[in-house]
Amino acid sequence: MGCENIEFDQGWGEMEKGIEKLKRILAGEKETPFTSREYMTLYTTIYNMCNQKAPHDYSEQLYDKYKKTLDEYITSIVLPSLKDKHDEFMLRELVERWLNHKIMVKWLTRFFHYLDRYFIIQKSVPALNEVGTTCFLNLVYEDVHPTIQDIVLSLIDKEREGDQIDRALLKNALEIFVEMGLGQMNRYQDDFEARFLQETTNYYSRKASKWIEEDSCPDYLLKSEECLKKEVDRVSSYLHSSSETKLIKKVQHELLVVYVNQLLEKEDSGIKVLFRDDKVDDLSRTYRVYNKISQGLDLVANVFKQHVTIEGTAFVQQAEEATSNQASNTPGGHEQVLVKNILELHDNYMTYLNSCFQNHNLFQKALKEAFEVFCNKTVNGSPSAEILASFADHILRKGGSEKLSDEVIEETLEKVVKLLQYVIDKDVFAEFYRKKLARRLLFDRGTNDDHERSILSKLKQQFGAPLTSKMEGMVTDVVLAKEHQSSFQEYLRNNPDVHPGLDFTVTVLTTGFWPSYKWFDLSLPSEMVKCVKVFKGFYETKTKHRKLTWKFSLGTSHINGKFEPKPIELIVSTHQAAVLLLFNASERLSYSEIVAQLNLAHDDLIRLLHSLSCAKYKILNKEPSSKSISQSDSFKFNPNFTDKMRRIKVPLPPVDERKKVIEDVDKDRPYAIDAAIVRIMKSRKVITHQQLISETIEQLSRMFKPNIKAIKKRIEDLITRDYIERDRDNSHMFRYLA
Amino acid sequence: MLVGYSNVSSKAKIKGLEKIDRLFNTYANSSFGMIDPEGIEALCSDLGVDYTDVRILMLAWKLKAEKQGYFTQDEWQTGLKALGVDSLSKLKKALSDLEKEVEKPSNYEDFYTYAFRYCLTEEKQKSVDIESICELLNLVLGVQFRPQIDSLIEYLKVQNDYKVINSDQWINFLRFCKEISFPDLENYDAIQAWPLILDNYVEWMREKHS
Repeated sequence: MGCENIEFDQGWGEMEKGIEKLKRILAGEKETPFTSREYMTLYTTIYNMCNQKAPHDYSEQLYDKYKKTLDEYITSIVLPSLKDKHDEFMLRELVERWLNHKIMVKWLTRFFHYLDRYFIIQKSVPALNEVGTTCFLNLVYEDVHPTIQDIVLSLIDKEREGDQIDRALLKNALEIFVEMGLGQMNRYQDDFEARFLQETTNYYSRKASKWIEEDSCPDYLLKSEECLKKEVDRVSSYLHSSSETKLIKKVQHELLVVYVNQLLEKEDSGIKVLFRDDKVDDLSRTYRVYNKISQGLDLVANVFKQHVTIEGTAFVQQAEEATSNQASNTPGGHEQVLVKNILELHDNYMTYLNSCFQNHNLFQKALKEAFEVFCNKTVNGSPSAEILASFADHILRKGGSEKLSDEVIEETLEKVVKLLQYVIDKDVFAEFYRKKLARRLLFDRGTNDDHERSILSKLKQQFGAPLTSKMEGMVTDVVLAKEHQSSFQEYLRNNPDVHPGLDFTVTVLTTGFWPSYKWFDLSLPSEMVKCVKVFKGFYETKTKHRKLTWKFSLGTSHINGKFEPKPIELIVSTHQAAVLLLFNASERLSYSEIVAQLNLAHDDLIRLLHSLSCAKYKILNKEPSSKSISQSDSFKFNPNFTDKMRRIKVPLPPVDERKKVIEDVDKDRPYAIDAAIVRIMKSRKVITHQQLISETIEQLSRMFKPNIKAIKKRIEDLITRDYIERDRDNSHMFRYLA
Repeated sequence: MLVGYSNVSSKAKIKGLEKIDRLFNTYANSSFGMIDPEGIEALCSDLGVDYTDVRILMLAWKLKAEKQGYFTQDEWQTGLKALGVDSLSKLKKALSDLEKEVEKPSNYEDFYTYAFRYCLTEEKQKSVDIESICELLNLVLGVQFRPQIDSLIEYLKVQNDYKVINSDQWINFLRFCKEISFPDLENYDAIQAWPLILDNYVEWMREKHS
C-alpha cells in the first residue's frame, strides 16, 4: 500500500483534520490533546507527500499551504479579536493571541517538519518557524504596533507617576517587539525604544525643571538617585536589557548634567553651603552620583574649584581692605592673618578631598588650580611670596607672638612648605626668606637651630637643593662662628697685649651664602678700630687666603649710657653706636659735622639720627625738635633720658628691601634659564623648539615660571655665544655645539 | 734653472692669467698687493655700476671675498676664472649673468648668508648694527620682497630691544619673507621657533593695523 501515491487533495484533507483540531484546542474548546498516533499520522502524511515521485511530490504546495493556513487563521480569528479592543485590554489580547500563534506554529512545524529538513534548504526559502513569525508580523504586527506602542508608553508614564501597573503584561508585550525582529533588535528599537527614550527625556526634563526650582540641592540629589534606581528596576522588570545603558544616560543627562551648575551653585543649599555646614554625607552623595556619569566628575570638580577660589580670594580681599582701612598696629599683621586663613582653608579642603571625594585626582587638580589662583596675588604691594616668607619668619622668631609649642611650630612650618607649592615665584620666596633668615641669625638671639634646619630640609625635599643650599650655608656659618669665637678668645688670652679692652665677637660669613649688603665706608670709633685690627691679626693666623670685608651695618653694640636718672644699657646697631660715641667727645654736633666725621650717605644718616632722636627713645635731643631730620639740625646728648627698664633695644627700622629683592631675582632668572637650556641641550643634543621650551619650563618649575619670550631671548643669546645652533634644514630644530 | 716646455694650451692659460693679472694691477693698491676700497670704487665706475649696487656684492660673493672692501689677487684670479672673463668688457657682461646665477634657488641662500658675513669687519664680530642691516636688507631683498622689507626696516629703526642683529636672526628674515603671507601675517605663530625679534615685529604690525 505504501507504493501508492497520495493525491494532494486527499493528503491535505488529512492535514486539515489535524489543523482543525489544533484550532479548537487553541480556542479553548473541549478537546483531547494530540496523541502520539495522531501526530505520527500527520507527520507521515507530509513525509509521504514530499517523497513521491514527480509530478506527485507536493513539497512546494505543502509549503504554500502551510503559510496560507496561518494567514487564514490570523485573518479570520486573530484580527477580529483585536479589532475593537483598547488600552490594556488590547495589550492583553495581543499577548494572548501571540502566545497562541506561537503554539500553533510549534505544532504545525512539528507536523510539517519534513519540509524544514530538505525543502527549505533546497529552495533557499525561510524555515517554517520564520514563516510563522513573518505571517504574524505582516498581518498583525504591522497593523497594530503603533497603537501598542502608545499603550505601553502610557502605562510606563502611569507607573512613573506612582500607579501600579501589570509589569508582566508589559514584559510580554515588549517581547513581541523583540521577537518581531527575527533575530535583530531593529523592530524593538525602531517601533518602541526610540520613542520611549524620547518620552523619557521629556519626562525627566519636565521634572528636573520643576525640582531645580523647588528643591534643595541634597533633596534634588536624593530624588535623582531614586529615579535612577527606579529606571534600572524598570529595565530588569520589563524592558529589554539592551535599553539600560541608553536609558540611564538620558536620565542622568536630564536630571544631573543639564542643571549641574544651577544645582551645585544653589544659594542656600549648594556646594558652598554643604561645605559650610560640613554635610559630609551630602557631599559624598554628590560625588557618588556624578561619578557614575561619564565626565560627570569634571562638572563637580569645576564647581568645587570655583568655590575654593572664591573663598581664598575673599580672604585676600579681606586682607587688602583691612590694611587700607586702618593703620595696623603690627605691620603686616593682616598678612599674617591671611596666611593663617589660607592654611586653614587648605586643611579643611584636604580633609574633604579625602572623606568625600575619594582623593580623586580631578579634585586634587581642582584644589591645586584654585589655590594657584589666589596664592599668587599681591596684597598691598606685597607679593604672596614675600607674605609667606614673613609668615615663616614670624613663626621662627622665638615661636612667634603666641609662644607656640615645638610640635605646633613644626606642623605649621610643614604646612607653609605645602603652601609654597602653589606659589609660582618660588625664587622670590627664597630670596625674601634668605634676607629674613640673615636677620634672624644675626640679630635674633635664641633662634632655634632645630626648627631652622627642619624647615630647610623640608623645603629641600619638596623643591630641590638649589632653593636651599645657600641658606644651609648660612646656618652653618653661624654655628661655626661660635666655634671660631672660642678659639679667638684663646688667642686673646695668649696675647694679652693686643686685647682692645672691649668685649667683642666677630661672626665671619661666607660671602656666597649670604644676601649682599651695602658696604659703608664708615669711620669707626677708635675703640672699635682696635677691635677690628686685633681680629684681623687673629684671622691671619688661621688663613692667609681669605679677604675680610667688614659689614658694620649688621653688627650690634651694647653701650652704657650714663644718664642722670640712672645708667641704662643701650642695645644698638654698630652704626647707631658710631653716632652716639661721637657725643663722648662733643656735647653738641650739627648734622654736617656728623656727616663729616662718619662719612655716611644722607639717606643712611637720616635714618640713624631719626631712630635716636625722633622715635620711641630720644637718646639725643634735636634742635629744632621737629618730627623729621633735616640737614640743618643739631643734636645734643640727652642727659635726662630714662626708661623703666635697665636695658633697652633701640630699634633701627630696616630699609624696605622689597624692590631690591625683586630686582635681584629678576637679574638672576636669565642665568637660571640659560643653565636649564644648556643642561637640556647637552643631554638631548638635538631637540625641537617646542620641546626645548616645554622642557625648560618643566625644569624651572620648582623655582619660577619663565615666559616664552624670556626663554626665546636666552636661546638667541646662546646662539650668539655659539652654545647652540639652529639646524640648517629644519628651522625649528636646535643642535648643541660641544 | 729649469726651463719647462709649454704646450699651446698652457701657453694660452698663462696668457689668460696674464690678462687677469694685468686687470688686477690696474685697480690694485701696489703697497698692499690687493684691490682696496678706492680700487673697487674705480672698478665700479669703469663697470658703470654704483659702488652700492647689489651686483658688486654678488661679485664679491663670486670671488668669495673674505674682507669687505678688498679683493686679494687669489680671490680675483679664482673669481674671474670662474666667471670665464679676462677683460673689463667681458666682466661687464658677466655681471648681468651673475644676477641670474645668484637668483637660482640653490645659490640664493648661500649668497644671502654670505652678504651678512661680508659685513663682519672686525675679528670675532658676530653681529651687525641695525643701520647696516637695514641697508643690507634693502639691497639684498628689497627688489624681491619690497613691501615686507620696507615694513621690516621701518620696525627695525623704531624698536629699542636690539642694537645688533646676529646671523641666526638674519637667516630668519629671508625665511620670513618666503614663508609668511603678507601683509596679513596670518600663518605666523609666535609659539614656533621664530626669533624673538620677529615675534616683536609681528606684534607691532598687528597693533598698527588693528
